[in-house]
Amino acid sequence: MTRAGWIRTAIVLGAIAALELVTQAGLVSRHTIIPPTAMAAALWGLIASGEIVPDITKTVSNVAAAFVLSVAGGFVLGLLIHAAPRLRRALDPLLATYYAVPFFVFYPLLIVIFGMSDLPIIVIGFLFGVVAMIIATLNGLDRVPRVALKVARLSRMDPVSIALIIKFPAATPYLFTGIKLAVAYSFIGVIASEFILSGAGLGFAISYAYNNFDTPKMYALMLFILVSVTAVNMVLHTIEQRMLRRRGLAR
Amino acid sequence: MAGPGTRAGAAHAVLRGVTRIFPPADRGQAPVHALGPLDLDLARGEFFAVVGPSGCGKSTLLEILAGLSAPTEGSVMFEDSAVRGSPPDGVGVVFQEDASFPWLSVWDNVAFGLRRAGIDSAETARRVDHALGFMGLTGFARAYPAQLSGGMRQRVCIARTLVLQPRLILLDEPFGALDQQTRLLMGDELLRLWRDTGATVLLITHALDEAAMLSDRIGVMSARPGRFIDMVATGWPRDRDSTIVSDAAFGEVTARLWSSLRGESLKALGAAP
Repeated sequence: MTRAGWIRTAIVLGAIAALELVTQAGLVSRHTIIPPTAMAAALWGLIASGEIVPDITKTVSNVAAAFVLSVAGGFVLGLLIHAAPRLRRALDPLLATYYAVPFFVFYPLLIVIFGMSDLPIIVIGFLFGVVAMIIATLNGLDRVPRVALKVARLSRMDPVSIALIIKFPAATPYLFTGIKLAVAYSFIGVIASEFILSGAGLGFAISYAYNNFDTPKMYALMLFILVSVTAVNMVLHTIEQRMLRRRGLAR
Repeated sequence: MAGPGTRAGAAHAVLRGVTRIFPPADRGQAPVHALGPLDLDLARGEFFAVVGPSGCGKSTLLEILAGLSAPTEGSVMFEDSAVRGSPPDGVGVVFQEDASFPWLSVWDNVAFGLRRAGIDSAETARRVDHALGFMGLTGFARAYPAQLSGGMRQRVCIARTLVLQPRLILLDEPFGALDQQTRLLMGDELLRLWRDTGATVLLITHALDEAAMLSDRIGVMSARPGRFIDMVATGWPRDRDSTIVSDAAFGEVTARLWSSLRGESLKALGAAP
């Protein structure tokens, strides 16, 4: 581990230890916050009893669906918009201001259209992630070297092969920005939606525990989400660094 | 119509009246007349170099010959079929920029064109290994381009073109980004490649000594719109190498190239000749 890595780990462990001390010493009421060790114990209990497995399955599959749709849809839409410069000039301001719109206002509409199912949740996750991926794709395609496209033409490749075999790998360092944002937005969109429009999933389970003053369960679930999001990001970061190192671009 | 670029006998590639005029980028601007009209006959197996001031349309000429862009007027024939804006079979191009794919290993870069052409894997492996050996890259087959120097990356690109066994090789200032010593050595490799493959070579360069050292014949282009203003036959033996730079005749060739080109280079700089 690098020096910066050690310092980072020390900061995180220090914060956890501080929280443990403050809560164990009774400086903060246990109704407000519980010690991290109690959170971990509660989480272990929930997992061991299998109680939250259905919620985990539901949330993970919804996040995965929203993520895959955002990344694949964003890449394809990015390719199409990139191929039509006039359309791109028209859409540019809309893409730039997209995240100023609070999509959750559309949730009644989505329920009317899709019903009380997983679909409106996945759609919100997708709406959150897709535009980040479109923007990253446009950015990446702008940076595909012209000479790579000439090589493709000399090999007499068709437009679909050029997109998948040349443009996609050439733009990957930039696409990764979109992929990482799409993961984050998919988690936010899905879990936030579960708080308000679902009868299952981790978001719903947290809100249910909160309403029933089940503080240990609430914190256990929050811990679970934090740990899983961190793990997913670490995996993505590792893959990204390996790709960047291979291309001589690693920091 | 017999311009300075034409010659008698069977030609491998023939350009007649080739002109390229780029449409204006914005309304109110004038179209840019980049090239021609220009005639050129390349004999089969000839090593031909093009020199000219910057911006004279050398690269445009190469792109038209490669079928990467179409001439506004005129015709291009390669092996008796017309080339018009689509790359013909048997033509390989090495570009000035680093055209290696950073996401593929050296081996996969070199195999790229063979796989696209649907060549079977045993034949692909045989040709790639041979080309890597020829270009001195055998020990770097599993490396990625980012791990190599600029000169080695350009050798990867040459190997990638070479495995397709092109009958006409077009090189657009392939050593432009390399230092002088590397350029001389790469020149030797290029001559060896040319002799071994029997291909016709068209080399675009801004280095007069490089053109003089490598070529059978050198076309000197004018400032934009680019046309041939001189054709210089070097008369070198086929088994030449970079030691030719110490030959007295080498100085005569470069001197003639420069006397043809000096006025045009000044024009390209915007000064009076």
